[in-house]
Amino acid sequence: MRIPNSYIGRPIERTEDLRFLRGRGTYVADVNRPRQLTAAILRSSLAHGRLRGINASRALAMPGVHRVLTANDFDNEIPRIALRLQPLPQLAPFHQPMIADKKVRYVGEPVALVVAETAAIAEDALDFIEVDIEPLPVVVAREQAEAALLFEEHGTNCAISWKAFRGDADAAFKEADYVRRGHFKVQRHAAMFMEPRGFVADWDGQTLTVWGAAKTAWYNRRLLAASLRLPIEAVDLIEVDVGGGFGSRGEFYPEDYLIPAAAKLVGRPVKWNEDRREHMMAANHAREVECEVEIAARRDGRVLGLRGQIWSDIGAYVRTNGGVGPRNVAQYMSGPYAIENIDLKSSMLLTNKTPTGTYRGPGRFETDFIRERMLDLLAKDLNIDRLELRRRNFVADSQMPYPLASITPYDSSTELDSGDYHAVFDRCLAEFDWKTKEQFSGRLIDGYYHGLAVGSFIEGGAAGPKEEARLVLETDGTLSVYLGSSSVGQGLETIMAQIAADATEMPYEKIRVRHGSTSHVKEGYGAYHSRSTVMGGSAILRAAEQLKERIRALGAKRLGCLAEQVMLDGERARYGNRTLRFADLSAFPIEVEAEFLNNKQTWAYGTHAVHVAVDAGTGRVKVLDYMAVEDVGRTINPATLHGQTIGSIVQGLGGAFLEHLVYDANGQLLTGSFADYLMPTASDFPKIRSSIVELKRCPNNPLGAKGGGEGGIIPVGGIMANAIADALKQLDVQPMELPLSPPRIWALVEAAKSQVTTRLEGENGK
Amino acid sequence: MKLAAFDYASPATIEEAVALLASRSGNAKIISGGQSLVPMLAFRLAAPELLVDLKQLQGLNRIDIAEDGVRLGAKVRWCEIERNERLKGAHPLLVEAIRHVAHYQIRNRGTVGGSLAHADPAAEMPGIAITSEAELMIVGSKGKRIDKASDFFKGSLSTSLAPDEILTEIKLPPWLVGRRWAFLEFALRRGDFAIAGVALYYDMVGGNIADIHIGAIGVGDRPLRLHAVEAVLNGRKLDDVAIEDAAKAARESIDPPSDIHAPAEYRRALLTTLLARALRQSAV
Amino acid sequence: MKVNFELNGKRVETDVEPRMTLADCIRDHLRQTGTHLACEHGVCGACTVLVNGEAVRSCLILAVQAQDERVLTVEGLSREEALTPLQSAFRKHHALQCGFCTPGFITTAHALLTEEPEADEDRIREVLSGNLCRCTGYLPIIEAVLEARSAYTHKDDK
Repeated sequence: MRIPNSYIGRPIERTEDLRFLRGRGTYVADVNRPRQLTAAILRSSLAHGRLRGINASRALAMPGVHRVLTANDFDNEIPRIALRLQPLPQLAPFHQPMIADKKVRYVGEPVALVVAETAAIAEDALDFIEVDIEPLPVVVAREQAEAALLFEEHGTNCAISWKAFRGDADAAFKEADYVRRGHFKVQRHAAMFMEPRGFVADWDGQTLTVWGAAKTAWYNRRLLAASLRLPIEAVDLIEVDVGGGFGSRGEFYPEDYLIPAAAKLVGRPVKWNEDRREHMMAANHAREVECEVEIAARRDGRVLGLRGQIWSDIGAYVRTNGGVGPRNVAQYMSGPYAIENIDLKSSMLLTNKTPTGTYRGPGRFETDFIRERMLDLLAKDLNIDRLELRRRNFVADSQMPYPLASITPYDSSTELDSGDYHAVFDRCLAEFDWKTKEQFSGRLIDGYYHGLAVGSFIEGGAAGPKEEARLVLETDGTLSVYLGSSSVGQGLETIMAQIAADATEMPYEKIRVRHGSTSHVKEGYGAYHSRSTVMGGSAILRAAEQLKERIRALGAKRLGCLAEQVMLDGERARYGNRTLRFADLSAFPIEVEAEFLNNKQTWAYGTHAVHVAVDAGTGRVKVLDYMAVEDVGRTINPATLHGQTIGSIVQGLGGAFLEHLVYDANGQLLTGSFADYLMPTASDFPKIRSSIVELKRCPNNPLGAKGGGEGGIIPVGGIMANAIADALKQLDVQPMELPLSPPRIWALVEAAKSQVTTRLEGENGK
Repeated sequence: MKLAAFDYASPATIEEAVALLASRSGNAKIISGGQSLVPMLAFRLAAPELLVDLKQLQGLNRIDIAEDGVRLGAKVRWCEIERNERLKGAHPLLVEAIRHVAHYQIRNRGTVGGSLAHADPAAEMPGIAITSEAELMIVGSKGKRIDKASDFFKGSLSTSLAPDEILTEIKLPPWLVGRRWAFLEFALRRGDFAIAGVALYYDMVGGNIADIHIGAIGVGDRPLRLHAVEAVLNGRKLDDVAIEDAAKAARESIDPPSDIHAPAEYRRALLTTLLARALRQSAV
Repeated sequence: MKVNFELNGKRVETDVEPRMTLADCIRDHLRQTGTHLACEHGVCGACTVLVNGEAVRSCLILAVQAQDERVLTVEGLSREEALTPLQSAFRKHHALQCGFCTPGFITTAHALLTEEPEADEDRIREVLSGNLCRCTGYLPIIEAVLEARSAYTHKDDK
């Protein structure tokens, strides 16, 4: 008797690795077309101004320069980048034009495009394009919001305000025993994936082929085709190997249009690779949030409500998913806690900076920092143990599905699907060994102040509405799997092959996953919001069922029986003692296509705990131990999920301590390289541990899985700030802003010391 | 970030190299390790017409330890200092400071001469040069000259080198046995440029500090000798009061810059803290 | 200018502008695209190759400076029939996700372990702190390099 496949749940080594480890991956910079030319983009060096004119004559005169494109080359109406997510008509005025149109609104905005023989010549030519910009006052902070209008017709620099609401916050605050206010800031930082963006575009007179797609190729294809006034079938976007995305790559940027448009205009393939300096001012920024919030509670620590105002600095335009972060800060502030009354307003402020978009756990990293800090402050003020406070407020599994705050406009609600938050909380504390480490809280040992913190979070995933998969049983008996999901390094080929192997019962080695080209399936959605496993995987399950039916039907004819009587063993169809290999079923490949529809988000969740040592003299914080536990319902490949979790946590630590995109008063980006934008390295955070559990399956999809992979980053800012506050509690240091850099921690310590001195002097003077 | 165009020459002798530099009236630059120069070219912050590669020049990569001091050729790379067993004993302060320079791959190419000529105010090698009163050997069209470290560094990324001059060697005074020393720097991540750093050494005469040398990096537009702090400490026992006085003198004698990574007041406090810790460390 | 050097065991010659970096020469002229460019200013380490056995940042070396040197890239450290022990260790420990930084880690780790097969965890972390990875958080990479040491130590007779 054959044992059924069980690839799901096993830490299968990845097929992708075989080419990546040998340097045989094909990233877009490795793609070359015959007769190709190279493009470089001239970007605005002023943050705000009116475009008076562009003179490219000197550039065009240079040997090797073929064309210089500006707004003038693109008809009367420059196409704009539409929103992919939450496309409200109110946001249309803030869509970015594909190339600067009459105004420039941020340093880095594309102003012109050079097409030349080589990248070096194209870059040389940039210096010889004269751009005449009449400067306008620059807006870089909320306080200056009225200094100048980015969109004069709109009348303010506030693009839109969201509102998250539940219950009756005002009533809750009136009856509360205790109300605490906090003012928080999270700094601007970014996904900063390692492979810079790029495209190679080739127009053959009928079809436009573009290499370099990622994440949301089908949406981008529609938008690109419409912008170029081509039928959709005339455009094919091809995803090659992709060097990281984290929510930021793959969204439609100006270059997604400019490079293909250039190829069409020039009549030769055009290649473009951004360099890191460009990337820092051109790819989406994220996370810059300020928040004034109040929490209302009963004396016993039961949280009754949250009320307040959030401002997101979203940069100069609303990008394709620019509303997601600001919305999420408001909608998900309650996290895994049962907070019944919520009234949070979240405003999106336009400034003369690079536009913002999603970055792993968008809005969630920020909102968890705010909430978890408030909970620790609450615990301190009410003199309740921090662990106990959280336990008193977790949503119980019996309360699920549990509705979260609703959001308006773009009315949407969501519910927590399943979860045992207490169990995971306790599991984390146990594995972290909170009991033993507790004794270090607040103590000064060998010059370091020690501190602990714990925090819980929820991670939404599996965004609908659907995903498609196409399975092809080839004539040699192998199985090709075509997906609408995309690979951004998360091990998609391997994970989907595991799912396909279990679902079709075919040998894992006979399965080949192909993904991310718009010619692969009719309608794909892509990889975002941790959806690929659930959506793509569920689509594969559906397709596998259909494929088995087709095989049985074909087998029945040849084996002389009814379809239901045909037995399948992964390589053969059999009836009685007659067998037929899959490879012999038909002279042609057998193809099925299926979709999985889903409108319910999944909610993975977890708890993290940390032990830090703070050097008050320098402000340096050492992370002595970090423990992460997450429940994702069902794990497909524990190795890849564990890998994602560690990577996600380290990104969170980068955001908590190191990473900061800094602008000066003129809107100049001061952090323009890896020398100034500091990312975690191998020596910064050596001690991180993680466990994945499968306590509560998701009831809403056939896999029972919940999207995981963003979770690790979500609680990091909050628990690091809480741990530092715990370490420095003798001085009553309360970090309310990220990043927790050494100069900032030092400044808080100094301020706290001088307050103590003042208080003592005051007392002595009595 | 492709480089702008330039000519390239790889002369066989130092005289040729000097002549090439002189021929371009200040528009030629030397390249050796390239670890500081090439990033500047990539950002198009420098646009020399000609690069003169020292690759073929002989005799510039020697490490000589003798009675009259330690000589490092300008082409000596950080990895060579790291691997030189004798240097650990011959100049422990140098070896400790160099441990903090950059990263593995850079240490395989970056040179002593390159770091000195580049003169970043936060760099370790200029800091050691200033602290130990090193001498720098320079060759140009006008011939050879020797510059004292205190005269060599003129400001941020600026030295006394004329456009046609090449630094060939640095000489550190001999290290005395029994000397006390410490090197401490603070960077946001390992291998980053120091936010601030301290190098110090002194001898003990009759239980008191003698001939103390204290250098600081990252707190000025060039590496600094903290003479005022030295004056406070010379002739005294190293005790808590002395350290407190030294810290106060340090606080008052520096005027650090602010940048996006650290404001001036933080740098000032940091340097003071590092100094106190370095003094305590040296006493062990 | 003509430049002539050894790449992955074979003598190569190509004509370059002086301003072309070794990284671009390897990728564009010599068609070995395993060496990646992620910053082009000498910080991220993705472009690391071995020159005369030493790990260096190829974006900071001019192609003309490679004259007469021995250059090894990730392709030169790979075998057709199977993964090398170092590569297998990376795969086993899931030390890569998107793979973009991986060639730089492979070349750097190989250089380190060839010179210092007994390198301990601290030393490995120190050396690898010159290579940026955004996906893995480094833990599995350190584990992989620790495991790979045995393949480099048993080359000595002990």
